[in-house]
Amino acid sequence: MDNIRDIDEIKARIEEAVKDIKSSATMREIKMKFLGKAGEIPSLMKKLKDLPPEERPAMGKVINALREWAEGRFNEFEKMVKAAEMDERYQKEKIDVTLPGNRRKKGAYHPDTLIVDELVSVFAGMGFEIYEGREIETDYYNFTALNTPKDHPARDMQDTFYLGADYLLRTQTSAGQVHVMESKKPPIKILSPGKVYRPDDDATHSPMFSQMEGLVVDKGITLCDLKGMLDEFAKKIFGSGVKTRLRPSYFPFTEPSVEVDVSCFECGGKGCKLCKGTGWIEVLGAGMVNRAVLENCGIDPDEYTGFAFGMGIERIAMLKYGINNMKLLFEGDVRFSKQFRV
Amino acid sequence: MIAPLSWLKDYVDIDVTAKELEEKLFSCGFEVEELHEVGKDISGVYVGEVIECEPVEGTHLHVCKVDCGDKGVFQICCGADNVKKGIKAPTALEGATVYATAKDHVTVEGVATIKKGKLRGIESFGMLCSGVELGVNGDMFEGADYNGLLILPSSCKNGEDVKPILGLDDYIFDIAITANRPDCQSILGIAREVAAVLKKPLKEPRLDYTAVKDDRKVKVTITAPDLCPRYIAHYVKDIKIGPSPMWLKRRLALCGLRSISNVVDITNFVLLEMGQPMHAFDLDTIEGSEIVVRRAHDGEKIVTLDDKQFTLTHDNLLICDGSKPAALAGIMGGLNTEIKDTTKEVLFEAAKFARDSVRKTSRALGQHSDSSAIFEKGTNEYTTERAMKRALHLIDELGCGTVTDVGADVATEYSDTSVKHMAVSVQKINALLGIEVPADAMKDILTSLHFGVTESGDCLELTLPPYRDDIAGYPDIAEEIIRMYGYDHIKGTFMPSAKITNGGYNEAQRAVNKLKALLVAEGLYEVSSYSFYSEKDIDMLRIPEGAPERKFIKILNPISEELGVMRTFLAPSMVNVMLRNLKRGNYEGGTFELAKVYIPKSLPLNDFPEEKLRLCIGMWGGANFFDIKGITENIADSLNTKFEYVNGSVPFLHPGITADILCDGEKVGYIGSVDPAVLEAISAERSMVLAELDYELLKKHARPFKYVPLSKYPETQRDLALIVDSAITCGQLESEIFSACKYVTDVKLFDVYIGSQIESGKKSMAFSVTFTPKDEPLSNDKIDGFVKKILSNLKFKLGATLR
Repeated sequence: MDNIRDIDEIKARIEEAVKDIKSSATMREIKMKFLGKAGEIPSLMKKLKDLPPEERPAMGKVINALREWAEGRFNEFEKMVKAAEMDERYQKEKIDVTLPGNRRKKGAYHPDTLIVDELVSVFAGMGFEIYEGREIETDYYNFTALNTPKDHPARDMQDTFYLGADYLLRTQTSAGQVHVMESKKPPIKILSPGKVYRPDDDATHSPMFSQMEGLVVDKGITLCDLKGMLDEFAKKIFGSGVKTRLRPSYFPFTEPSVEVDVSCFECGGKGCKLCKGTGWIEVLGAGMVNRAVLENCGIDPDEYTGFAFGMGIERIAMLKYGINNMKLLFEGDVRFSKQFRV
Repeated sequence: MIAPLSWLKDYVDIDVTAKELEEKLFSCGFEVEELHEVGKDISGVYVGEVIECEPVEGTHLHVCKVDCGDKGVFQICCGADNVKKGIKAPTALEGATVYATAKDHVTVEGVATIKKGKLRGIESFGMLCSGVELGVNGDMFEGADYNGLLILPSSCKNGEDVKPILGLDDYIFDIAITANRPDCQSILGIAREVAAVLKKPLKEPRLDYTAVKDDRKVKVTITAPDLCPRYIAHYVKDIKIGPSPMWLKRRLALCGLRSISNVVDITNFVLLEMGQPMHAFDLDTIEGSEIVVRRAHDGEKIVTLDDKQFTLTHDNLLICDGSKPAALAGIMGGLNTEIKDTTKEVLFEAAKFARDSVRKTSRALGQHSDSSAIFEKGTNEYTTERAMKRALHLIDELGCGTVTDVGADVATEYSDTSVKHMAVSVQKINALLGIEVPADAMKDILTSLHFGVTESGDCLELTLPPYRDDIAGYPDIAEEIIRMYGYDHIKGTFMPSAKITNGGYNEAQRAVNKLKALLVAEGLYEVSSYSFYSEKDIDMLRIPEGAPERKFIKILNPISEELGVMRTFLAPSMVNVMLRNLKRGNYEGGTFELAKVYIPKSLPLNDFPEEKLRLCIGMWGGANFFDIKGITENIADSLNTKFEYVNGSVPFLHPGITADILCDGEKVGYIGSVDPAVLEAISAERSMVLAELDYELLKKHARPFKYVPLSKYPETQRDLALIVDSAITCGQLESEIFSACKYVTDVKLFDVYIGSQIESGKKSMAFSVTFTPKDEPLSNDKIDGFVKKILSNLKFKLGATLR
């Protein structure tokens, strides 16, 4: 039976042909040669009609089996070829992953902005609103209403830039306290960041700098509440292990007044260069709002008490980032700015 | 405030170390800014007795055997002229540290460590010391200023450490006194606090004296009672001017004062001890034995003790005699009435002068003294009275004069010696502090601070110490209590009684943050420049006379002219930032500043000026006009609006590369390239581009963002290449394309061509135009129709043809 021999021969040729195939294109060609419409296997099928009718079913089965076998073999080889081809492609397309990324250059915020934002997020959570006051103030708002009348010795604590008989550049964000309390009645919880001005100029003083003032006025506010809030502030800004310490001080607009130190976040309080060996770093001034200030603002000091605190933004920035000269913050040197791309 | 430990010990039994006392003072509100040991550089120096002393031939040296008791006997070579057998002198042994002096044996040149060595071949195992070498002068130890050996009393024990003998183991506290505690500007004031914090009794200084009857009359008249509420004068006769005793000299020396003479030293001692400045007039020079306290006449002159002449005004207070000025009140005595070696009769002055008056005069004349420093902070009459008694006591004690019963004590209507009372509630104090301080503890603390205290129920009836003018209300008492009770008792609470409030940034503040975020994302660095600059910076930008930028607020007392005027625009600061960067080798970069400018409504100021927020962007080096314009376009996007750019003119910008920025037809800022002529004038070696925008106006034109439903039908793009006169701008073409068809939602320029392929004087501009369907899809025919309409409009308005 010639046909059967033919079938074995076709199988052998298919095996021979696929052995060396390297590309999908050749693969398709060969597949076409055997399985295409005019291919050898369909041709065998066409030859069936030349056989005696009783042999046709058996032979048909044999040819069909051959077709199925061939299709399977080709699929197998197709997969292998495809995989080999992809491997080649991967090799060709391999890159140097250490080459620099295509990035869009990012700018940076001023360190003051970073610190203010951090502080605001801490205090906003405690219910503080942000109030931005004016920078040019009258003597009344900057001093008199804050319990610092004209011949008060505390005025010597702060030299002042004067702009006219009654106008000056505010020396402290506390000036904004009075505006707030004049227009808003308790409960008051405000945070007031902004620029302030004093005629000083050296490595740790600048004629312009920024402060953040906080003020709380409500019924039953105590010194312990001030301490509790500052503890929270210190932990969030300087680290969870940081403690605060209050010590007596004097500001005309608070009574009692305190300086607030935080335990040194560099050495953990053991004493180092940053804390000058003391284990503590002075970060802000605070106190219970002076009754006279409340009265000046039309708030009954017998009904309400409050606390206020004020800190230097640049001082916090310098401490936190280790900046050694305040001038750097106001020069706009981009080598400085670049370092705050956080 | 300088306070030597040894002096404080006169009033309080201090049984803690200097370091411990520093901590105690710190805890109760007195920060010790510096604590130093008087003899901190001196060590290893002992009492040595010269038991043998032989001259070395041909030199000024002596070779000595020095007995240092339990330390041993040492051979020491000594060049001092007063070395001889039998004396005792400070002996620095090997390893000791003392001051090294120059050839003159007087000028200190540092600290030296003593080593054994050879002088002229003779071995020496130490050094016999002078006063200078130990940092001791004649005011601190008798005979210490001799330029030779410091001879110690023979009673000193050989081998004993010299530091306690010479007072070198003493400590000096430099204490910061807060402005509310003028009563602590004195050794006694500090001693009161020390006594309270150590819970020890205070030993008051002696004020008693014997007065001899005398017929002399002394008259005091005050014609300016507002400036001098109180004036006490007292007459002392038979003055014997001479040196002060050692203990007095030493006290002054430790506080940095030189001893002058017994009478002058007494006034200085009382100033330091009690905090009340005193003055002594030579009564012979006081005409008519009369004191008149009055305002100076305008133009009147006085020569003070330090031989400086001042011309006065009626704001200055004078102490005069019957005819002439004798002292500048509270600041310094006159040269003509000063105490001399021949002075026989003295009139002591203790007075209270208004602090503001002394401060103003002192500042106006530039004349400061220890007295004025104290008066400026405030004095009290209780101390004024006691100080006079103390001075008279010291006259008695020193035996340098006879105290008479003649004096004058004038209390004007401004005088106030009334005893102040106050009632405070224990409960209210605790409510302020937030803790429960027991009433008994409060009583103890207040008593230790010399308050009179009577308890009745919740109430403490207080009598205030006469020198505590700072106590005005119960919070002051709360502070006194907590600073002594201890701030470590304050435990954090979280406003349990306060109302909950809604915190955070408001909308306007969030908008500012959003703008900053955009600019940072654009690659710009945020900077902060001073709010003031120099008029020269405005000149630098060639701003013409009369321009609004020149209507600025001047600082009356600037640090320097460079920082003399409040800025009216940000460009000068930004140009300086860019210039500074270029000079430092930062040849490329971009920065922005969002800050206020200060626009006066009138000058001089008689109303709050406007403080308006402005945005300024500066880019230098590689950047051009379109780089910065790209950023302003993104700003417009973020405000949900559009900016229009029209050719503009700004004095410091390139006339061909400048635009006014308009929003809804209103000018909101400008943008451009800095004029090369300006760059040349300021020696800027790279180009600069700059934009300045009025933030308040931007805010006004910002449109609330609202979602526009997506079109159900796809958009279509058509490209149009147009040929136009080269003067026609992109902006003109864009706006005509928009106006010709309401379906156009975007017009983007993608190519500009000028060259050989088109007529000269013309240019080709190619736009991609987006058509967005509304309620129904746009067919090609329809869009062809729109294009036709656009083209005919362009042809009609701008003479544009399709390329």
